[in-house]
Amino acid sequence: MALLEIKDLHVRVEDNEILHGLSLTVNEGEVHAIMGPNGSGKSTLSHVIAGKPDYEVTGGQILFNGEDLLAMQPDERAAKGVFLAFQYPVEIPGVATMTFLRTALNAQRKARGESELLTPAFLKKAYEVAARLNVPRDMLKRGVNVGFSGGEKKRNEILQMALFEPSLCILDEMDSGLDIDALRVAADGVNALRSPDRAMVVITHYQRLLNYVVPDFVHVMSKGRVVKSGGKELALELEASGYTQFEDAA
Amino acid sequence: MNVVVAKTETGRALSDAFAVARGRLPGTGQVADRRRQAFEAYERLGLPHRRIEEWKYTDLRTLMREAFSLAAEPDAAALERAGEAVRSHTIDGVRRLVLVDGVFAPNLSQTDGLGQGLRIRTLQEVLEDADSALQAQLFAPENSDAMVALNSAMATDGVVIEIADGAAPKEPLHVLHIASTATPAAMFTRSLLRLGNNAGVTLVESFVAADGVKAYQVHDSLIVSIGDGSRLDHVRLIEDGRDAFNISSAMVTLGAHAHFNFFNMTSGASVSRYQATIVCAGEGSRVETNGVNLLNGRQHADTTLLLDHAVPNCASREVFRAVVDDRAHSVFQGRIIVRPDAQKTDAKMMTRALLLSDEAEADNKPELEIFADDVTCGHGATTGALDESLLFYLRARGLSEKEAQALLIQAFVGEAIESIANDTLRDLAVSAAQRWLEARA
Ligand SMILES: Nc1ncnc2c1ncn2[C@@H]1O[C@H](COP(=O)(O)OP(=O)(O)OP(=O)(O)O)[C@@H](O)[C@H]1O
Ligand SMILES: [Mg+2]
Repeated sequence: MALLEIKDLHVRVEDNEILHGLSLTVNEGEVHAIMGPNGSGKSTLSHVIAGKPDYEVTGGQILFNGEDLLAMQPDERAAKGVFLAFQYPVEIPGVATMTFLRTALNAQRKARGESELLTPAFLKKAYEVAARLNVPRDMLKRGVNVGFSGGEKKRNEILQMALFEPSLCILDEMDSGLDIDALRVAADGVNALRSPDRAMVVITHYQRLLNYVVPDFVHVMSKGRVVKSGGKELALELEASGYTQFEDAA
Repeated sequence: MNVVVAKTETGRALSDAFAVARGRLPGTGQVADRRRQAFEAYERLGLPHRRIEEWKYTDLRTLMREAFSLAAEPDAAALERAGEAVRSHTIDGVRRLVLVDGVFAPNLSQTDGLGQGLRIRTLQEVLEDADSALQAQLFAPENSDAMVALNSAMATDGVVIEIADGAAPKEPLHVLHIASTATPAAMFTRSLLRLGNNAGVTLVESFVAADGVKAYQVHDSLIVSIGDGSRLDHVRLIEDGRDAFNISSAMVTLGAHAHFNFFNMTSGASVSRYQATIVCAGEGSRVETNGVNLLNGRQHADTTLLLDHAVPNCASREVFRAVVDDRAHSVFQGRIIVRPDAQKTDAKMMTRALLLSDEAEADNKPELEIFADDVTCGHGATTGALDESLLFYLRARGLSEKEAQALLIQAFVGEAIESIANDTLRDLAVSAAQRWLEARA
């Protein structure tokens, strides 16, 4: 059984159909890259997988480990192992990062019937992960993403991914806004999480990220569909020739 | 319409209450005269209703369906119940002063070892001590507000705290109002805090009900004078029972370079109103008020503040945060007067309301009356729902809808709670907010 199986997905936002029959299958252990022009629906897809309201699924289905993902609340999806690293992480003033991380981790554990982590155990784990990803402690002391630079926000997403250890990681343009060193650290963090029982969907515009996080499959999205799939060499092809050929195809 | 009927019945019941209570009310001579005058004023004014501007949003003719008779002096059983309540509302490191059903309870209070410069008496004692200079101060509030007048007429007891020049008792003073009455009843209390010059203290007031106590009505008033160069930190927590009624008034006067830091949180009571007049009477004085309403069900809570800048070079900051769920109703009225002499006044007021349901309501009425020309005054107000994109972010990380809301609500009220200087009391406010959030889940 596939970890994630998307079949003929149709999605609307306020009367506009954005995804027009998208299909994608992701198995455990695989890394998939999704590329495609601005506005082709990549973030929409990632939001629908995570369960964001305001999207109306008008057709098709998404199965996660064979279960109907669309029937689940966003928090149930998270507890079952779905993680989205947002393209634009929000700032949450007044909510301390550590409180947020602990509440989230324990909510997921509780939903899975696991015991809650007590504060000392949590702190140890959080600081360990932060150190591995070069996230300064000072960042953890502030409000969630408050006053963080674009790159710092992205690092905070990777930190959460490493802390929650999800089975499906969707990374929506995690490379945008990261400087070269930060990109390498973040990519190392992602690679460290690669494992036979975890899958990654990496949304990006650039080959550079894929040099670090080498995908097993590359998909091209255009106008709300996957129009071409291939191996890692497809990304290089795109870098050379752009998306024009696929826009006609779509 | 039965509005008129309700008014007459409630009005009549209150008149009867005064007639019945009269013999029990402490104070003779001048005090008795003042009470009679106050009661006459109350009778003339009648229960406040929506056509009285200050009471526009809190129409007692419709909200106060009945007037209970004056609570009996607490008997052994009531004191026993109150004792239990004391145990569950104990705050570490404070000096506790307990009023049970409107009467000071010495056995539940800590009045020993007061130390230099701190004097605590009951209202009864002070009113029966005919030559006390404090009597005039205790009856200083005018009878122009019906509920203040009613309180002047009916106050049975309270605490009278005097802090001498230069004194600064380390322990916060905690005035704990406990309703413990076995039958529906009304309590009328009046307290006074007089801070000399260059003195300082922290005063906590909390309002709670003993286990099993349902309907009751609290009528409280507090008179405060803060001497030159003195600082008062004041925290109020309204955690009355869900059927309770709480009408409280405060009159605060600041001397030169005095500082008043105030925090009020209302999470209890069915209908409550806190009305305060704060007067910057001495140059260079500074006021910070922070209010939080946490309301659900059909609760109604009104905070009405009048900040009177009477002299130059004073600053005031008013922050108010309302969280309103279900069909609850939050009211904030903030009036700032800057008198002609009060040049260089710096007055700001900011209110924000968070509506958690479509039927929740928050009214906000700022009023600036500025008669001086060289001043900085401003106010701002926002009303809205929780930010959907923040909620989704939290839910995508595994928090349930209620948990996500709770975290955002805590952040929303946290800004006001932060203003509490004393760590223990800040934690106390945080846990009161947490209890409210947990009860919603
Ligand atoms: N809430 C919304 N309301 C209206 N239109 C929307 C909404 N969300 C997305 N869209 C539209 O859907 C289309 C797809 O947007 P989406 O963000 O999924 O693109 P993307 O592939 O992630 O683009 P980018 O590469 O720029 O991040 C765009 O045309 C966008 O304007
Ligand atoms: Mg996008």
